[in-house]
Amino acid sequence: MSDMTPKPNLSPGVQTQGGIGSAPVPATEHGDHIHHHEHDEHEHHDQHWMWKYVFSQDHKQIAKQFLITGMLWAIIGGTLSSLFRLQLGWPEGTMEWLKPVLGGWIQAGKLNPEFYLALVTMHGTIMVFFVLTAGLSGTFSNFLIPLQVGARDMASGFMNMLSYWFFFLSSIIMFSSLFIETGPAAAGWTIYPPLSALPQAIPGSGAGMTLWLVSMVFFIVSQLLGGVNYVTTVINMRTRGMSMSKLPLTIWAFFLTAILGILSFPVLFSAALLLVFDRSFGTSFFLSDIYIAGQALSNQGGSPVLFQHLFWFLGHPEVYIVIMPAMGMVSEVLATNARKPIFGYRAMIGSLIGISLLSFVVWAHHMFVTGMNPFLGSVFMFLTLIIAVPSGVKVFNWLATLWRGNIRFTAAMLFAIGFVSLFISGGLTGIILGNATLDIQMHNTYFVVAHFHLVMGSSAFFGLFAGVYHWFPKMFGRMMDEKLGYIHFWLTFCGVYLVFMPMHYVGIAGFPRRYYAWTGFDAFSQFADMNKFISIAAIIAFLGQFIFIFNFFYSIFRGRRATENPWNSTTLEWTTPVEPGHGNWPGEIPAVYRWPYDYSKPGSDVDFIPQNVPYSQTQSSNLPYEQELAD
Amino acid sequence: MTALTILLVLVLLLVVFGLLFRLQIFTSIFSGTFTRDIGTSNSVNAILMLVFMIGGGAWFAYSFVENFSKMNPPIASVHGHQMERMFWITMAVIGVAFAITQALLFWYAYKYQHKEGRRAYFFAHNNTIEVIWTIIPAIVMASLIFAGWKAWTRITGPAPKNSVVVEVMGKQFNWLVRYPGRDMKLGVINYRMIDAVNEWGFDLSDKSSLDDFTTNEIHVPKGVPVLIKIRSRDVLHAVYMPHFRVQMYAVPGMPTRFWFTPTTTTDEMRAKLGNPKFNYELACNQVCGGSHFAMKATVIVDEPDDYQNWYAAQQSFAQKNPDVLAAFKQKAKSMVTPVATAPQEKEAAPVPLAASY
Repeated sequence: MSDMTPKPNLSPGVQTQGGIGSAPVPATEHGDHIHHHEHDEHEHHDQHWMWKYVFSQDHKQIAKQFLITGMLWAIIGGTLSSLFRLQLGWPEGTMEWLKPVLGGWIQAGKLNPEFYLALVTMHGTIMVFFVLTAGLSGTFSNFLIPLQVGARDMASGFMNMLSYWFFFLSSIIMFSSLFIETGPAAAGWTIYPPLSALPQAIPGSGAGMTLWLVSMVFFIVSQLLGGVNYVTTVINMRTRGMSMSKLPLTIWAFFLTAILGILSFPVLFSAALLLVFDRSFGTSFFLSDIYIAGQALSNQGGSPVLFQHLFWFLGHPEVYIVIMPAMGMVSEVLATNARKPIFGYRAMIGSLIGISLLSFVVWAHHMFVTGMNPFLGSVFMFLTLIIAVPSGVKVFNWLATLWRGNIRFTAAMLFAIGFVSLFISGGLTGIILGNATLDIQMHNTYFVVAHFHLVMGSSAFFGLFAGVYHWFPKMFGRMMDEKLGYIHFWLTFCGVYLVFMPMHYVGIAGFPRRYYAWTGFDAFSQFADMNKFISIAAIIAFLGQFIFIFNFFYSIFRGRRATENPWNSTTLEWTTPVEPGHGNWPGEIPAVYRWPYDYSKPGSDVDFIPQNVPYSQTQSSNLPYEQELAD
Repeated sequence: MTALTILLVLVLLLVVFGLLFRLQIFTSIFSGTFTRDIGTSNSVNAILMLVFMIGGGAWFAYSFVENFSKMNPPIASVHGHQMERMFWITMAVIGVAFAITQALLFWYAYKYQHKEGRRAYFFAHNNTIEVIWTIIPAIVMASLIFAGWKAWTRITGPAPKNSVVVEVMGKQFNWLVRYPGRDMKLGVINYRMIDAVNEWGFDLSDKSSLDDFTTNEIHVPKGVPVLIKIRSRDVLHAVYMPHFRVQMYAVPGMPTRFWFTPTTTTDEMRAKLGNPKFNYELACNQVCGGSHFAMKATVIVDEPDDYQNWYAAQQSFAQKNPDVLAAFKQKAKSMVTPVATAPQEKEAAPVPLAASY
């Protein structure tokens, strides 16, 4: 394998050991590896800082780059949401005081309605793609896959580096679109044409939309480079003994996420490409029979609904791309801190696979009322509601993992428990929205907004926080402040529920999303107080995130020094030094003998047995079939 | 105001938590029980889990009941009442699942908090339990799917033969409404014939379009199936009538439809609600541009007799706009296309009934 993947700055020590075979392979030729690795370390001391910190090919460095870029994006995305929450909470209020920042977008003390749409569009785009896809999966897939499968780095460090820098380029382009005169894209994050195709329809569909599309193309390239790397690494570079059935659930989640990304992002790419054609070259893929701005367009025969099919073919797997890494990390954090094996390890993998497969055949539940054939609606309702079964299995297994545990409330554990709570609350309302009949009323209302913000927005953020608090010691060699973590958790947890629970009420009453103001409609105006309440809660919860940001950066430099394995965890990343160098293990890569969840095993002296401890050393706690492996 | 109070309380509570966490460190240092690993903060968090469950649950229950009437605006269609029943039955089902799982989550978190000397129970899997909690949700889902599917096929099925037809067309940023006129046939329209006067793009060389009339408000009769045909002439819009539980996209180039049966006239609903200004509303529910939020039409449900009278009293588009009609006739004669340059005289005087055709 190693000779197939060019790695200019890596030693030959970075290579696969073991493989798909499951039995532990006797150790061979290790002296060689150590030799090369020491040589490698030596090289790194001479490396220019530019290659070490900026254009790094070390997966851990790249993970940190993804994380910090993602955090910057999250601040921007959150700020945008505070702006439009101000508008929704106080539709009659003045925004004159924001003029120094927003300039021409404030006219006579009022936020420009077109800019309002730009705000919601960019909030969605940034949060879904830049924070919860790149920031979450990009960070932890990169950081954890080599460390947990026992590899010195990704299959291709160079591609991995490219993945980050394509993301960076994409970020720069998207960011710059915020500052152009006609404003950023404003057709919703789903960019449905014809609105997104016609600058006559909304100014944001001019240069802003062009930049959006160009940025997304680079983003997709980044995702594919990353995804191919993750899949290759998981399949080929597991250490000796690390069979697929011994992988931590994090790795299973990242693995399946990467496969979803590889299969679905190209479809978004094709949709974006066809949209570019329609916008710039006069084709009619998505446009037909349009009279706009005093002019009949010549486009004929296109279908806007076709775009929606293409978009949601990515768009639905995308929500699982966002949530599955969080599920994996939460499983890991729950087991570690409940000091208990995850309940139903195989059922957890099975449900992840089930969710992944189903995620490809449910996309049209976003389109029940688009005029699609009602028969299709029936089929997609059936497939959609089936997803409740594997999702339910996951929730029950998490609950069973807590049952009779011995729970340590680390900040990560709090966020993991919060994740389960939010996932339940948000997931259950999916049963209503997945029902085509009920979706007639609920489609595009705040009920939908509340649903997905709980089940994939906030939940994924909670997974991200759990991951950061949990793996921070391995990332930076220091601990984050736990007390600040507790305060951050309780503030965020209360905040999220205070924002999104009342939002369901507003949605049940039928208040449409993406409305600049509800004041023109009698049917929607009864919730003025509630909208104010939601806005206040949202802004406080957003400001609360700065506790985390302070804690994060403070702890990088001033945090308490970490030990090698601060959480007494079983997985391989905790066998590395406090701050692992390039190549992860100074000596040989440990071999793996057991599954990752041997916590509180009866008969064992310690309450955790790391994966790299052979059964021969744990005679007292071996189960019968394990004893056979030991003999 | 209540909102502010509640949030103020929340913020104060958090400050208290913060102080508690800090204080607990100092007390544990002074009492000599300070350990780096698992201190009293663990039990503080465990208790907070319980407090959150009880406090949060109580707040949720209170606010839900408090807002229940607000979140249930009146319903005025046959299928709307059925949908409503299905909605609240489903809500009850998920409410039970919600209560059980959340209660277990927070209760376990509290109950199984770390205790010195206790060991977690090594419980890796149990196939019987797994099968049970796979099958029970599957059965519940199957019944929900079945009920939803039956209602969906009925609601989206073909409209009854006796349906009243009205067509709406979305444009940035209002709704155009037309009726088929006396011949009960909607005439041909062509988006290339749209201009400031002929907003629909009526092709008046088509006989059945001659008696089509346009209105600003949508009138429909009570107790009779109404088939709404839906078009868009620029970007996507969506016809959303929350009181009737009706929603369907307006797609340029692809006519869509939705039928429903109104159950309550506007006057009856006004009397029922004690609100003389009440109106059924049609909102745009697919983002369509800057004034999307103001794209609204009024729907008026009449008694069938009143509807008939209103319908008969309407003047067709061709009658109201003789110039447009004249241009079409001219065109038919000369086979040139003067449509775009037709004189644009607004509100032309009505011509005598049908005599000129």
